[in-house]
Amino acid sequence: MTPGSRGVIEVDGVTKRFGDRIALDAVSLAVAPAELFGLIGPDGAGKTTLLRILATLMVPDRGQAFVLGRNVVADLWTLRPRIGYMPGRFSLYPDLSVDENLRFFASVFGTTIAREYRQIAPIYRQLEPFRDRRAAELSGGMKQKLALCCALVHRPELLLLDEPTTGVDAVSRREFWDLLGQLKASGMTVLVSTPYMDEANRCDRIALIQSGRFLAIDTPHAIAASFGRPLLAVRTADRYRALLAMREWPHTSAVYPFGETIHFVDARAEAPPDQIAAELLAFLLSRGFSDASVAPAVPTVEDTFVARMGAPSGERAA
Amino acid sequence: MTEPFAIEARDLTRRFGNFTAVDRITFNVRVGEVFGFLGANGAGKTTAIRMLTGLLAPTSGQAKVAGHDVYREAERIKRDIGYMSQRFSLYDDLTVRENIRLYGGIYDLSGQEIRDRTALMLGRLGLEHAADQFVRAIPLGWRQKLAFSVALLHQPSVVFLDEPTSGVDPITRRQFWELIYDAAARGTTVLVTTHYLDEAEYCDRISIMVAGRIGALGTPRELKQKFSADSIDEVFVRLARPDVHPPASPSERQG
Repeated sequence: MTPGSRGVIEVDGVTKRFGDRIALDAVSLAVAPAELFGLIGPDGAGKTTLLRILATLMVPDRGQAFVLGRNVVADLWTLRPRIGYMPGRFSLYPDLSVDENLRFFASVFGTTIAREYRQIAPIYRQLEPFRDRRAAELSGGMKQKLALCCALVHRPELLLLDEPTTGVDAVSRREFWDLLGQLKASGMTVLVSTPYMDEANRCDRIALIQSGRFLAIDTPHAIAASFGRPLLAVRTADRYRALLAMREWPHTSAVYPFGETIHFVDARAEAPPDQIAAELLAFLLSRGFSDASVAPAVPTVEDTFVARMGAPSGERAA
Repeated sequence: MTEPFAIEARDLTRRFGNFTAVDRITFNVRVGEVFGFLGANGAGKTTAIRMLTGLLAPTSGQAKVAGHDVYREAERIKRDIGYMSQRFSLYDDLTVRENIRLYGGIYDLSGQEIRDRTALMLGRLGLEHAADQFVRAIPLGWRQKLAFSVALLHQPSVVFLDEPTSGVDPITRRQFWELIYDAAARGTTVLVTTHYLDEAEYCDRISIMVAGRIGALGTPRELKQKFSADSIDEVFVRLARPDVHPPASPSERQG
């Protein structure tokens, strides 16, 4: 691979171990300029390790990573000022005020709030009413906005955000994603991690990560569409008993709770969805679920994640 | 015969000085129901939960939890409920068995009861092999399932879950919801608080608190229909920020 030939981020076969635990297992990834890219997976999947390596804070055991055309290990000192990094744990000084935190991060990178005002203005304006409040006393959503401001204050070319929306309420999360969309529109490249599948659709492309490996890398739409099997949603008041009953049906391949419904995948790859739906409904009625209904469902990123986690590696390669 | 309720709140109110954190909320949770208790940061959710778990006396109004009055029988409530939080539930540096014994002791179970229930629980979870491992050594998904089972160890009639599936993989999450449904099918009432609104869709009914009051209450389907929304997330945002996200106009609704 020629360093920096294609992407803002290029990861090539990166492996990282902690003792006998493998955090990243030969992962490769390329992120294009001005892309809003999501790393989506549960706690312990390897998201934080990858972000720390890209932020020049950790050295991979094997493989190479390039950011903005520079090697994250060899070019650490020239690279670091060009990256904005927002760690997952609260990264601010709780005893300092909003303005003091911001001034501190600006001074570390040799700049001032005044000089960078234009860059941070859209976010800073939301914080300005609280500029003298200690960071510890901000709401969860405001803390995250301040942390984002601090990560942006030195005008980085790439933003790395580790679970910025974890523990933040739904309204604040939505506002935070709107801000990321605005940054992307201004030409910023953003790599953001989240354990929440429903945030996948806010990204241009996503990587599904589990146990240190990527299960898939593509647009959210393509990943959802790659599910590739007829998916049915079952509704009934007695969800749990219906779920247990469906597990006993001989044609069942997968059946799991999904929001208000139960998602069902048939084992017969060739059977038409209409036929499956009719047979499944007849089965449910015969088991006494008189209110049951069965309808085709559009697979989501989460359905694909479930399917790929359950499948032996390689079986469902896109 | 009136329907049995596990939680009954009538005009429940809590003020802190001039600030009314919870403002005359009224709702019932049926026995064996999985009830989602939602609200933005600062909407009053935590204050309401603290009153319902016997940790904070109300300023006015009535509430009964598991048949006990929140004013006079707060100690009985604490014994008859279970609680599990995503942030803290088990001691990492105790083994699985030691954690169970500790919780059993706190709830005054006899040595025999603790032994019997430990065996039953580990068998049901398929965790017998891990009984003597430190909790920090077992995978997060198992820890969450174990924490939930430990919260049910003293057979509480109501269990409070705070963001129970935060951060777990989608398969573990579904296994966790099956544990919740199983507990509910056995008659345990489950009250779930979460910021993650796709989680709310797994509940039988949900309430959404806005500025100290209950802004909406119903099944996920009813609320989505009422607000012409595709998801509970949308319902929530419209309720919490009506200025920014106005309800759909009648013409849009027909689409």
